[in-house]
Amino acid sequence: MAMNYKYFPHTEDDIKKMLQTVGIEKLEDLYDEVPESIKFKRDYDLPNSKSEIEIRREFEILGKKNIPLICFAGAGVYDHYTPAVINYITQRSEFLTSYTPYQAEISQGTLQYIFEFQSLMASLTGMDISNASMYDGCTATAEAMRMAMASVKKANRVLISATLNPAVIRVAETYALFHEINLVTIPENNGVTDIDFLTKELEKGGVAGVIMGQPNYYGIIEDLTGIADLCHAHKALFILNSPAATLASLRSPGEWGADIAVGDAQSLGLPMNYGGPYLGYFCTKEALVRKMPGRIVGGTTDTNGQRTFVLTMQAREQHIRRQKATSNICTNQGIMTLFATIYMSLMGPKGLKEVNEQSYGGAHYLHDQLLKTNLFTDAFGIKPFFNEFCVRTKADIENIQQRLLKNGILGGIRLCRNQMDDCLLLAVTEKRTKEEIDLFVSLIQEGEGK
Amino acid sequence: MSKVIEGLYYTESHEYVKVEGNFGYVGITDYAQNQLGNVVYVDMPDVEDVVTAGEEFGAVESVKAASDLISPVSGTVVAINENLEDNPDLINEDAFANWIMKVQLSDLSELDNLLGAQAYNEICK
Repeated sequence: MAMNYKYFPHTEDDIKKMLQTVGIEKLEDLYDEVPESIKFKRDYDLPNSKSEIEIRREFEILGKKNIPLICFAGAGVYDHYTPAVINYITQRSEFLTSYTPYQAEISQGTLQYIFEFQSLMASLTGMDISNASMYDGCTATAEAMRMAMASVKKANRVLISATLNPAVIRVAETYALFHEINLVTIPENNGVTDIDFLTKELEKGGVAGVIMGQPNYYGIIEDLTGIADLCHAHKALFILNSPAATLASLRSPGEWGADIAVGDAQSLGLPMNYGGPYLGYFCTKEALVRKMPGRIVGGTTDTNGQRTFVLTMQAREQHIRRQKATSNICTNQGIMTLFATIYMSLMGPKGLKEVNEQSYGGAHYLHDQLLKTNLFTDAFGIKPFFNEFCVRTKADIENIQQRLLKNGILGGIRLCRNQMDDCLLLAVTEKRTKEEIDLFVSLIQEGEGK
Repeated sequence: MSKVIEGLYYTESHEYVKVEGNFGYVGITDYAQNQLGNVVYVDMPDVEDVVTAGEEFGAVESVKAASDLISPVSGTVVAINENLEDNPDLINEDAFANWIMKVQLSDLSELDNLLGAQAYNEICK
């Protein structure tokens, strides 16, 4: 009797027919090219298969280990609200199962929403053009570093500010190592980028690009006045990394004179998802478009004069340029791009601003209440911040966070950098109510006997 | 049948150089533009760049491919064909008339290493 496996599309009969057509006896014969010495010959160490009931039970037990918490942590990933309609649309099988839109004739839906995403991101960042998205903000930033090296002649290094999210810096360092790019850190000076150091480095010449974050890792809004001009005077590109949602209210990278705008768009309604998937965006000026990595969707007309969409400028990509391409990326974050596109369409500029205003308001309220307890001070003195801030405390942070945790609150992120382990990074979004914030503060006060 | 012009020097990678005194006009041949299809972009060097015979000096991009340009000669770029910035398809119209860069030649003896029209015609067959 032929065995038919529940989750495989081929029956034993199907496989037998295929083997006959190809002219071999068994599936193992397909691996004849592999040397015997490295072939896997043991039995697979797999448990027995489970029934649907058993599988459900196993995942229910795992799922119960998750403790839902009221989130006051940020550091690049923010607990914004995901409107219900987004899942209804993205879960449609036409969107969920569709693959790479290489064949334009059957992919107009996919190509159109990517085109809309590009248009929205270019608008949000104040740049000329956007690509179809990157894996996440960290790799997008690393790719911007590579693009700078590919665009600026006779350059030998890229500068990166120490005030960027450490995850972004680590990924950029990984790319730099394997592409033999000299990545130089601009040190921080009291929570912001050391502009004197930056200036001196640029004056030495040979800098391809300068990467900064806005807001930076500490939530601080840095004063970027004159930075773009300074970079351009020394033929370097100015690269600005921002969480996408903040751009609806902050001065855009385009307005700051940036040449490349990158970052993560998770804050545009994507759930936090225990670490991903997130969504990288990559925008630049028209003059630099040929060095931009990633897919680009363009609008055109078909033979009947109808408006239509296609992948365009593919001659930049690695399947054509091979090792001469700026990047090896040949994909985009399809379904997450759709998420963000629906979110931006739904919320519109007014809605995005409102989310920011509530997040900003909540963060500043929490900040002020914490300072009033006299247990906290600003980590870097009085600095403008958006919806995230960094405070220092003499109280025991371990105790504070444990106490909050016991009451169902994720109490921010404790910094673990030199001389900053008495500092807490806290973020507030539109989902945090005044009651939640008051609870946060009162729990700390109780804990410290105040 | 691709056009091949007498008196010009050719490379196996389908570039040509038209020599006038100490200067050379460098471009791609009719055969090359035909193989590439519609040219959509020409990545040209900058004026004052130094180019070296046998090394890449730019690229030509068509709808289906992006091809590196190999310089037939060494020297300094004194001019680039700015018409190609807005109208890259001029190369398809007339590859020989629409040169890509003008080079002040540093070593005229390099021309001895290049192919003449007849020899180049042979490799195109």
